[in-house]
Amino acid sequence: MNPVNNENVLEVQGIAMSFGGLMALSNLNFQVKRGIIKGIIGPNGAGKTTLFNIITGSFPPTNGTIRFKDRPIEHLKAYKIAERGISRTFQTIELFGNMTVLENIMLGCHTRIRPSFLASGFKFPQSGRKEKQILERGMRILKFIGLNDKFNHLAENLPLGEQKMVEIGRALASEPELICLDEPAAGLNETETHLASSLIKAINAKGITVLLVEHDMRVIMNISDEIVVINYGQKIAEGSPEEIQNNPRVIEAYLGSEA
Amino acid sequence: MLRIAKLPIAIFAVLIILFPWVAREIPAIDHYTDIMVFVGIYCLITLGLCILMGYAGQISIGHAAFFGIGAYVSAILTVRFGINPWACMLIGTAVSSAVAVLVGAPSLKLKGHYLAMATLAFGIVIFIIFNEEIEWTGGPDGMSGIPGLSLFGFAFDSAEKYYYLVWSFVILAFIFTINIIQSGTGRALRAIHASEPAAGAMGVNISKYKIIVFVYSAVLASLAGSLYAHYLNFINPSTFDLFFSIKLVIMIALGGMHNLWGAIIGSGIITFLSYEWLHYFEEFEVIVYGAILLLVTVFLPNGLVGVPGIVKGWFRR
Ligand SMILES: Nc1ncnc2c1ncn2[C@@H]1O[C@H](COP(=O)(O)OP(=O)(O)OP(=O)(O)O)[C@@H](O)[C@H]1O
Ligand SMILES: [Mg+2]
Repeated sequence: MNPVNNENVLEVQGIAMSFGGLMALSNLNFQVKRGIIKGIIGPNGAGKTTLFNIITGSFPPTNGTIRFKDRPIEHLKAYKIAERGISRTFQTIELFGNMTVLENIMLGCHTRIRPSFLASGFKFPQSGRKEKQILERGMRILKFIGLNDKFNHLAENLPLGEQKMVEIGRALASEPELICLDEPAAGLNETETHLASSLIKAINAKGITVLLVEHDMRVIMNISDEIVVINYGQKIAEGSPEEIQNNPRVIEAYLGSEA
Repeated sequence: MLRIAKLPIAIFAVLIILFPWVAREIPAIDHYTDIMVFVGIYCLITLGLCILMGYAGQISIGHAAFFGIGAYVSAILTVRFGINPWACMLIGTAVSSAVAVLVGAPSLKLKGHYLAMATLAFGIVIFIIFNEEIEWTGGPDGMSGIPGLSLFGFAFDSAEKYYYLVWSFVILAFIFTINIIQSGTGRALRAIHASEPAAGAMGVNISKYKIIVFVYSAVLASLAGSLYAHYLNFINPSTFDLFFSIKLVIMIALGGMHNLWGAIIGSGIITFLSYEWLHYFEEFEVIVYGAILLLVTVFLPNGLVGVPGIVKGWFRR
């Protein structure tokens, strides 16, 4: 399929999510054009992570439709959505702590290459071939995120900044068309934040569409092509970084939440 | 990377082959070959439990049921229908797989305590069936006259011959399980254990993998049950009670459930304790098991296979 300009890779249509009466999201609508970096911002508790959880199939929405490449996905389980081509990272690290960095990334390849149970147990040649492919892809990705020298470290022993990188690498390993990054710069120092920003841009340069939730405004404003602002589960603004920075409702939402 | 060293497996295989030759020469331990048959049978079950609990992180306190299903399918089909024992063994694994899917599909959605309780209830139900379906199972009196095993006219009719048969099964199951653990399948199981949300988001079909590994552990337990029935030629329900399920968990907890060697070490120690060394304790035997489980949980969370690591830790300090 040829990527057409202005084609929407993701459409969020009337999404609502209620947690036992608490409306975390209500009637949320927006589109994501293929190949862009779309920022999603909003005060704490606005519903950003809930939106990611719905897009990636952690749970279905109470209402509404998510269309990915023109097909509805909101009823699919997480692993099916991963197969369709959406991957993610987590706001609170969800690495496989007792597995090595390389193994974490290799697990990410599971979406595309995996041996069957019997083929693994009997060591059929195909399972060895697949394992080799997975290993090579894992090492390539490690190089891309700049952690190839730490391939054999346990993920839980890495500093936070590197754990965040491994999460991004693991998400990339599934060869997504859309990647959802939930606060990749949270808790990072200046240098690490810089690294994360350039990594996100490099990922985008490969043609992968990026959905980016982030509180660090410099990161968001610098690298997003478009931004959606959510407050109390509702979209209050959408536009280019300049438009968002000058939008009175956005300023009010942020100042209001700080007051 | 997770790699299980090959050399220890080779050494272990040689020791297993030599054991009966040595035991034969020493009168004090010449009956150990017979006990080692049971160690092997229990190893088959604990290898499956180890990958289920230690690697995939799913608890089962009902595996005596699959052990029993294998034993009873073999017993009933050979005694009542005269079917070939090897065929019965296969049918037993098919029945156990079917039961594992039926029980596993709903219960593996549960987590922690709830899964433990569901499997425990399942074990109790199957135990009651063994006791109550007298027409089929012979009830509490059990069934006798179960034929032994033979292959191309060669009868496994002594402890030594049966020993080699059982341990061939164990070695094959051990290698198969290691292959699983070192493959993408094993990685997926460990990922489920570490974080279900992340495993799902990375394309792992969580319920499918849980059911596959549950079925695999049920098949191994079922094979063990058939081997048990054809060795003793007699079975009764009390072998497959709740206490046995718990004993299996004690075996892997003692050996260390995050390591396949733990299954073998734990099965060996607990079997020798109950067949040989704990007679002096008589009815207090249960207390010894309780104490073992308690001490292991508190002091050796990784079981005996974790001891070298702890010792290394002391020296590093
Ligand atoms: N699984 C859940 N069960 C119940 N309530 C939830 C659940 N997940 C989120 N919520 C609630 O929904 C609201 C939105 O939470 P969410 O985590 O999506 O916010 P967020 O925008 O990601 O915030 P932050 O910037 O702090 O990460 C909050 O009030 C939160 O308490
Ligand atoms: Mg959040």
